[in-house]
Amino acid sequence: MSGRGRNRRGFLAAAGGVLGAAGLAPVLRAAEFKPEAPDWTKNLGPGVDAAPYGKPSPHEKHVIRRSVEWLTATPQSSVNFTPLHELDGIVTPNGLCFERHHAGVPDIPPAEHKLLVHGLVERPLKFSMAELRRFPPTSVFHFLECAANGGMEWRGAQLNGVQYTHGMLHCVQYTGVPLRLVLEAAGLKGQAKWLLLEGADAAAMTRSLPLAKALDDCLLAYSMNGERLRSEQGYPLRLVVPGWEGNIWVKWLRRIELGDQPWQTREETAKYTDLMPDGRARRFTWLQEVKSVITDPAPEARLAGKGFRCIKGLAWSGEGRIARVDVSRDGGRNWTTARLEPPVLPKCLTRFYLDWQWSGEEVLLQSRAIDEKGFVQPSPAVLQKTRGVNPIYHNNGIQTWAVNRDGTVENVRLG
Amino acid sequence: MARWRTFAWVSLLLAAGGAAAQPAGLGLGRPATPAEIAAWSIAVRPDGQGLPAGKGSVAEGEQLYLQHCAACHGEFGEGAGRFPALMSGQGSLRDHDPVKTIGSYWPYATTVWDYVFRSMPFGNAQSLTADETYAVVAYLLHLNDVVDADFVADAKRLPAVRLPNAAGFFELAEPDLPRGEPCMRDCAVSTRVIGRARAIDVTPERRLE
Ligand code: HEC
Repeated sequence: MSGRGRNRRGFLAAAGGVLGAAGLAPVLRAAEFKPEAPDWTKNLGPGVDAAPYGKPSPHEKHVIRRSVEWLTATPQSSVNFTPLHELDGIVTPNGLCFERHHAGVPDIPPAEHKLLVHGLVERPLKFSMAELRRFPPTSVFHFLECAANGGMEWRGAQLNGVQYTHGMLHCVQYTGVPLRLVLEAAGLKGQAKWLLLEGADAAAMTRSLPLAKALDDCLLAYSMNGERLRSEQGYPLRLVVPGWEGNIWVKWLRRIELGDQPWQTREETAKYTDLMPDGRARRFTWLQEVKSVITDPAPEARLAGKGFRCIKGLAWSGEGRIARVDVSRDGGRNWTTARLEPPVLPKCLTRFYLDWQWSGEEVLLQSRAIDEKGFVQPSPAVLQKTRGVNPIYHNNGIQTWAVNRDGTVENVRLG
Repeated sequence: MARWRTFAWVSLLLAAGGAAAQPAGLGLGRPATPAEIAAWSIAVRPDGQGLPAGKGSVAEGEQLYLQHCAACHGEFGEGAGRFPALMSGQGSLRDHDPVKTIGSYWPYATTVWDYVFRSMPFGNAQSLTADETYAVVAYLLHLNDVVDADFVADAKRLPAVRLPNAAGFFELAEPDLPRGEPCMRDCAVSTRVIGRARAIDVTPERRLE
C-alpha cells in the first residue's frame, strides 16, 4: 500500500515537471499558493449531538409562522400563517404548519390520553395511545386548509403577502389508524349516522361529522412527517378529514360519540357557516374547493431584475386530484398551462411551475386550478356574484399579484 | 360450477377464521364503563339530549354573568375590546357589516348551553355547575330579547326556546362553482386594478428580502 502511494506521488511530480516545461499550464510554486478558503472550510464545526434535535440553519431565521395581531382578541384563540413563499415541493415542515387554536395548546402526557368511542355502538370502548398504535397504520399525504384561509380578502385585496392571504394551509404525511377500523371495533348500530368529535383542549372543540365521511377516508393520526404530532397540531391524537375544512380535523381528540343527528355545535352554527347576500347561511360546507396560488413571485418574493424567473405555485382541491393549472401574465385575458410536478395526489398540495422571461414591464400574475371533477377555480368577481362578500369562509378565488417595474410584487384586486 | 363452489368454501373458511381470531375487529381497546362515559358526556343537542338536571333563572344569571363574563363580553353583552359581543345585530345579516350574535345568528339555544358549559369562562373552562350554566344562558337569552325577565331555564324549557334566526340556515344541494373547459385566449375580463393591499396598509411589518 505505502509502495503504491510513493509511486503515485512520483508520477504526479514527473507529470508536473513535463507540463511546466512544455508551457501548457501555469504551475505555482508551493510557497506562493494560497487556496481560497473561508473560515468554515478551515475550522472544525460543532460535532455530533451539538443539536440532538436538529434545527433549520441559523441563516433561515426569517422563515417562521407569522400572525396578524389585530385579527383576534387573544393569542390563545388565534391563528398564524405558514410562509408559503419560502417553501419548496409539497411537504410543509412540521414547525411551519400554521396554528389555529381556540383555547391555546394543551400539554397532554400521552400515557394519560384516552380515546372514548361510545353512543350508538355495540361496544363502547376506551383506547390508550399504545393501543391505537397497535392497529395496522396507514400513511397519507393531505393538505389541511382552514375554512377561513383568504377570509380577509372577500371584499378586496387587504393583506400584502402570500403568507397572510393563503398561509392557513399545510400539507404533511399523516400516519395513523383508519377511523373505520376503530368504529368497526366498537360495532356501529344501524341508527348511527353522525359522529361527534371532541377535543381535550380548554375549548373542548366539538364538531359533527357524517358517518359516510368517517368510513370513507378519515384517519386517527398520531404522526406527521414521520414523527409524533407537534403539540400545536393535536399531540397526541388528531383526526384527519381529507379535503375538508381544518376546523373539523379535531385536535387533541379524546371522544367520539355516535348519534342519529348532528349536534349543531357552536363551531358548525355560529362559526364555519357561510353567510350569503340574502342573509341566510350555508351550513355543513365542509369541502375545501379547488384553489391555487403563485408562491413565487409574491409580495414577499419580489423580482431582482429582468430575465429568467421560474413561476412557482401550489394547487389543491378537496374533490381529489388537480387536473391542470393555468397561469396568466395579463390579469386573466390569456392563459398558459403550467407544468405539474409529480406526485399529483388526491386532496394533496400539487406543485406547479411555469418558466418565464420577465421583460421588466408591469405584469398581472394569476393562477387558475382545475380539479379532476372539472371544477374550475373562479375569479373573485364570479365568486362574489353568488356568495357576496360576507361568507368569511371558503374563499377560493383567483389571486392576482401585480409585478411593478421596480420588481416589487403587490396583492391587487381587478374589476 | 365446481370452481364457484370451491370459491364459496374458501371465503366461508376465511370469514369463520377471522371471526374466531378477532371477535371485535382486532380485539384492541377495552370496554368503557357507564360511569366513564357519563363523566365525559357533556354534549347537548337541539332536541335536549345531553342536558343535565338543574335549573337557573335570568336574575341568578345576571349576577353570575357580571362576576364571570362581563370583563370580556361587556356589562350588557356588547363585547369589550375585540372580545365577541353576545347580543345585538338582529336584522343585520344582509347589511354590509353583519353582526352575528346569539340573538341575530345562532339557530339553537341549546348550543349556547353546550358552548358555555364546555369552554367558558375563557381560561377557566368547565368551572360552572349545571345550575349556573342554566342561569347564565337564561340571562344571555334575556339580553337578546328572546325570553322574559322571569324565565327559568331547565332541560325541558331550554330546547323549546326558538331563536330568531332558527330558519336562517340551509344546505347547498349542488356546488356552485364553474365546471368545464375555461377560456384560454382573449377572455372577456376586466384587468383594471381596483384595489391594492398596500393602500389599505394593515399588513404586519416584516423584513422583505
Ligand atoms: C377572559 C375573557 C372571557 C371571559 C371571562 C369569558 N369569555 Fe366568553 N369568549 C371569550 C373569547 C376569547 C371567545 C371566543 C373564543 C373562540 O374564538 O373560540 C368567547 C366566546 C364566547 C361565546 C361565543 C360567542 C360567539 O358568537 O361565537 C359565548 C356565548 C361566550 N363566550 C359566553 C361567555 C360566558 C357566558 C362567560 C361567563 C361564564 C364568558 N363567555 C366568559 C372570552 C371570554
